[in-house]
Amino acid sequence: MDRDRAALNRLPRWLVPALAALPVMGLGVFFAWPLGTLLARVVRPSSVVDALRTPGLGGVLWFTLWQAVASTVLTLVAGFAPAYLLARYRFAGRRALMALVTVPFMLPTVVVGAAFLALLPQSWHGTGRAVVLAHVFFNIAVVVRLVGALWAVLPADLTAAARTLGASRTQVLRHVVLPLLRPALWAAATVVFLFTFTAFGTVRLLGGAANPTLEVEIARRATQLGDVDGAAVLSVLQLVALATVVWWSSRWQRRAAVPFDAPVGARRARSRNERRLLLFGAGATAAVMATPLLVMVSRSFRLGGAWSLRGWRTLSTAEVRPGLSLGVDPLASLTASLRFALVAATVAVVAGGLAAFAITSARRHGRWLDVGLMLPLGTSAVTIGLGLLITFDSAPFDWRAEWWLIPVGHALVATPFVVRALLPVLRSIPADQRAAAAVLGASPLRAWWAIDVRRLAGPLLGSAGLAAAISLGEFGATTFLTRAGRDTMPISIARLLARTGEVPRAQGFALATVLLVATATVIVLADRRGVLDVGRA
Amino acid sequence: MLAAREVVVRFGERTVLDRVSLEVATGEVVALLGPSGVGKSTLLRVLAGLLVADGGSVWLDDRDITDLPSHRRNIGLVFQDEQLFPHLTVAQNVGFGLRMRRSDRAAVAARVDELLVLVGLPEFGQRSVVTLSGGEAKRVALARSLAPRPAVLLLDEPLTGLDRDLHDRLVGELADVLRATGTTALLVTHDHDEAAAIATRTITL
Amino acid sequence: MSVVRRSRRRSIRRPIAVGLALALVATIAACGDDSSPSTDPAAITLVAYDSFPKADTPLNEALAEFTANTGIAVSVVSAGDTGTMVTKAALTAGNPEGDVMWGVDNTWLSAALDGTIFDGDPAQVDFGDVCLNYDIAWFAERSLAPPATLDDLLLPEYADLLVVQNPGSSSPGLAFLLATVAEYGPDGWRSYWTALRDNGVEVVDSWDIAYYERFSGAAGSDGPKPLVVSYASSPPAEVLFADPPRNDAPTGVVPATCFRQVEYAGVLRGTDHPTEAGQLLEFLQSQRFQQELPLTLFVYPIDPATPLPDAFTQFSVIADNPYTVEPAVIAANREQWQDQWTEIVLR
Repeated sequence: MDRDRAALNRLPRWLVPALAALPVMGLGVFFAWPLGTLLARVVRPSSVVDALRTPGLGGVLWFTLWQAVASTVLTLVAGFAPAYLLARYRFAGRRALMALVTVPFMLPTVVVGAAFLALLPQSWHGTGRAVVLAHVFFNIAVVVRLVGALWAVLPADLTAAARTLGASRTQVLRHVVLPLLRPALWAAATVVFLFTFTAFGTVRLLGGAANPTLEVEIARRATQLGDVDGAAVLSVLQLVALATVVWWSSRWQRRAAVPFDAPVGARRARSRNERRLLLFGAGATAAVMATPLLVMVSRSFRLGGAWSLRGWRTLSTAEVRPGLSLGVDPLASLTASLRFALVAATVAVVAGGLAAFAITSARRHGRWLDVGLMLPLGTSAVTIGLGLLITFDSAPFDWRAEWWLIPVGHALVATPFVVRALLPVLRSIPADQRAAAAVLGASPLRAWWAIDVRRLAGPLLGSAGLAAAISLGEFGATTFLTRAGRDTMPISIARLLARTGEVPRAQGFALATVLLVATATVIVLADRRGVLDVGRA
Repeated sequence: MLAAREVVVRFGERTVLDRVSLEVATGEVVALLGPSGVGKSTLLRVLAGLLVADGGSVWLDDRDITDLPSHRRNIGLVFQDEQLFPHLTVAQNVGFGLRMRRSDRAAVAARVDELLVLVGLPEFGQRSVVTLSGGEAKRVALARSLAPRPAVLLLDEPLTGLDRDLHDRLVGELADVLRATGTTALLVTHDHDEAAAIATRTITL
Repeated sequence: MSVVRRSRRRSIRRPIAVGLALALVATIAACGDDSSPSTDPAAITLVAYDSFPKADTPLNEALAEFTANTGIAVSVVSAGDTGTMVTKAALTAGNPEGDVMWGVDNTWLSAALDGTIFDGDPAQVDFGDVCLNYDIAWFAERSLAPPATLDDLLLPEYADLLVVQNPGSSSPGLAFLLATVAEYGPDGWRSYWTALRDNGVEVVDSWDIAYYERFSGAAGSDGPKPLVVSYASSPPAEVLFADPPRNDAPTGVVPATCFRQVEYAGVLRGTDHPTEAGQLLEFLQSQRFQQELPLTLFVYPIDPATPLPDAFTQFSVIADNPYTVEPAVIAANREQWQDQWTEIVLR
């Protein structure tokens, strides 16, 4: 490779370390350190051998792998058309449709899973294909958002140019659109793969007893058998496998990144055919995504086979009837959830924003930070929770009882999303934009600020909304941390749904509906500035 | 006076610029002609500090600015594809260079207005740049580059790709603006008529 | 770095940024108050499983009385389900998360003792039975008597009627497995389950799927199966939480199939407040506290003399001779039994 041609306008050397400092520290203190402590405490060489010799481990690994791959591929396929419609067209109800697509991803399985299961025929219950189908439903938002965000900035003229050169629509798709979308496709595939590989609730609920994944096995060892060292070993195995996948795929994302000029933005459907296509596509997507949610909502109105508002009317108190209380105050848990979401979103946006800038400015070494931030997604919540427990148990780090550990746990999960959403946007800024700023007198640092940072204001706000929505629905890490004070909504819902009795059950679904509405509202508000419309100020 | 002395640029095996020298005296508008691929844009980028050459030097008024970063050279560049900042308004784009020099708001506003009038877009301040037509965008790009009063203005095929009528009109306007502001300029183009209309001197690479 | 962070806030529209910042500060202040680790010497922490209420129930009122009488404040923390709770306690033995732990049951007792999490012996505080529940109306309609013993479940008239939970993932599922081990012995239980599988037993992953989706007797359920593994306290709960209110139970319990789950509480080793913790432990066994257990946690007080609510005496039975298995035996064999069960029933 030639000498560094842009050497005169390089960013100052302290910028990347300064940007990366906070996210690296956060990752180190709240992820690497607890994980390391747990491993050091419980793992002995014999436990490694024992864990790896578990009968049936091969089968578990195989199932985990194929269902993750199948889910990833099918989700990419299923999300492709909705991504296109939402990215390129402006139409009435666009934001509502985007929220509808995103909400299932944010909601914990305990909330929508039963409704989804109820819609499947009995012969599908407890099968691998039910798991894959559920994964597509829950993860389609990842594809729509990540691919859509990049598709939104593809100049329309590129496809037009290809058409005038004689390319059919399929050829345009294959030779122009898909190659340009590749970084987003890889990003989406990575995230969906991570999620489906480490899925817990969906697998247990839909796959039933006969189809455990590695994550289910890890949780079983830790919480059912008290075999923490075996769980820790398997967790490391899982982490190493996933880290490899993420590392390898981040290569594809970077290599394929092509900068674009100022985007044109979405437009209205023009021809009659386009309108029909849009109506059909949007309608079908809305119907598929809404049905399980509607089933869930309808259950909050059904008591004893009849329609009733009882579940809703008792929602404001912890009492089911005089003298009979469940100790679950639904509205108090709503407030608790919102507070945690606010803190978690702030942490995630600050850490994620800094990290995204650091990754794009650091060129080659940025990949380490990128992969590092994804690691918490690939680690079992069980191991993170236990690690936090034994690491922060004495002064000056006696933090395990602190309330803020929960939103920090949420932020560990939400930050990679912020980064994933911001990276393609940052990478699509043409180098000449910074050159233009430079010749107008902006020092490299000021040019970076004026171009990269300012252009990201909208997407950052949108990411904050996503991070908040993720926090609202977070269940896995939260159950694993010991909690004082009010429970979050997902925890309260799980408690209500686990009781005998139709009133608590209806209350549980009513609270689930509240969570659904709260999450959808946050998403709609976050999208107001247009997560997919990066061209606007 | 802007001077390139013995500039050498090699991309792999290919030598794009082979000991190229040229001078632009203060007040001159020089046109740099040549067919595509001969290295005109490359030379502009070396002069602007956006590209590091493999040999030779760049001088501005007896100062060797070869190792000076772009933002300190006070040399402006109008890009072929304008490179307007999409997240800023027209006024914010035009005033960008002055804000970088920390001029006060009133001065910036006044200069922006002055330049918008000069390029024939007096009411365009609050417009979003994404909504501009091709000709309007080029005018805004020109105004933006002129606003901070650069010592030399480089123009990289600024009028390429426009339809004939618009092109001819803008050629005249560009010539007028450069003359009215007394800007020292180096214009890269492959159009001889354009060079003749705007420049005081023509060089062929 | 602070320049970057401060200015990013400025790029958001100002009033929204200010509003959010204020909300954030308020949140931090408020959350800080909620669970501030108390420096007050007379404040202790009770670690319990998730379903133990932290506020608003008569159980919590009883704890408030304890505080009023002794001056010792009690805060309750949720540590997950029982297995998670014990695992965490074993990992933090000697430097525990709280002062008293509630809710270690007999399937976990051995692990708890081996992990030396308690200071002194834990005390029994309540029990609950895991039994076969049946849909009264379903059997009445077909003039069929519900099964009375575990053996009955193998009879052809009860084929394809039972839904159970996976003992590897469900506590009642495990309890039912242990009941069969107690009845047929550590070697005989396997052939029982082979026969049960051949008689069409359905297996699901968790209690709420089994009860609410597959069991026909649960209110509001469309499930087809009239037999399910659940708790002895499920029929009273059906009555109490029914809407509109009802005077009869839709489900019944088969006492001869019950497995006894006893729960323990104890002072955690390494607590900074051993005296106060001891006082709380005593209170947890007192009648004032125990009498609130049925309607809050749906378990039975350990002292049989404690008065029970009507719904419990009317609609459920306390089995005279429930199945039990020694905690140490459970701990030694549970993993192996679960694996063998999986082999027999699921593959």
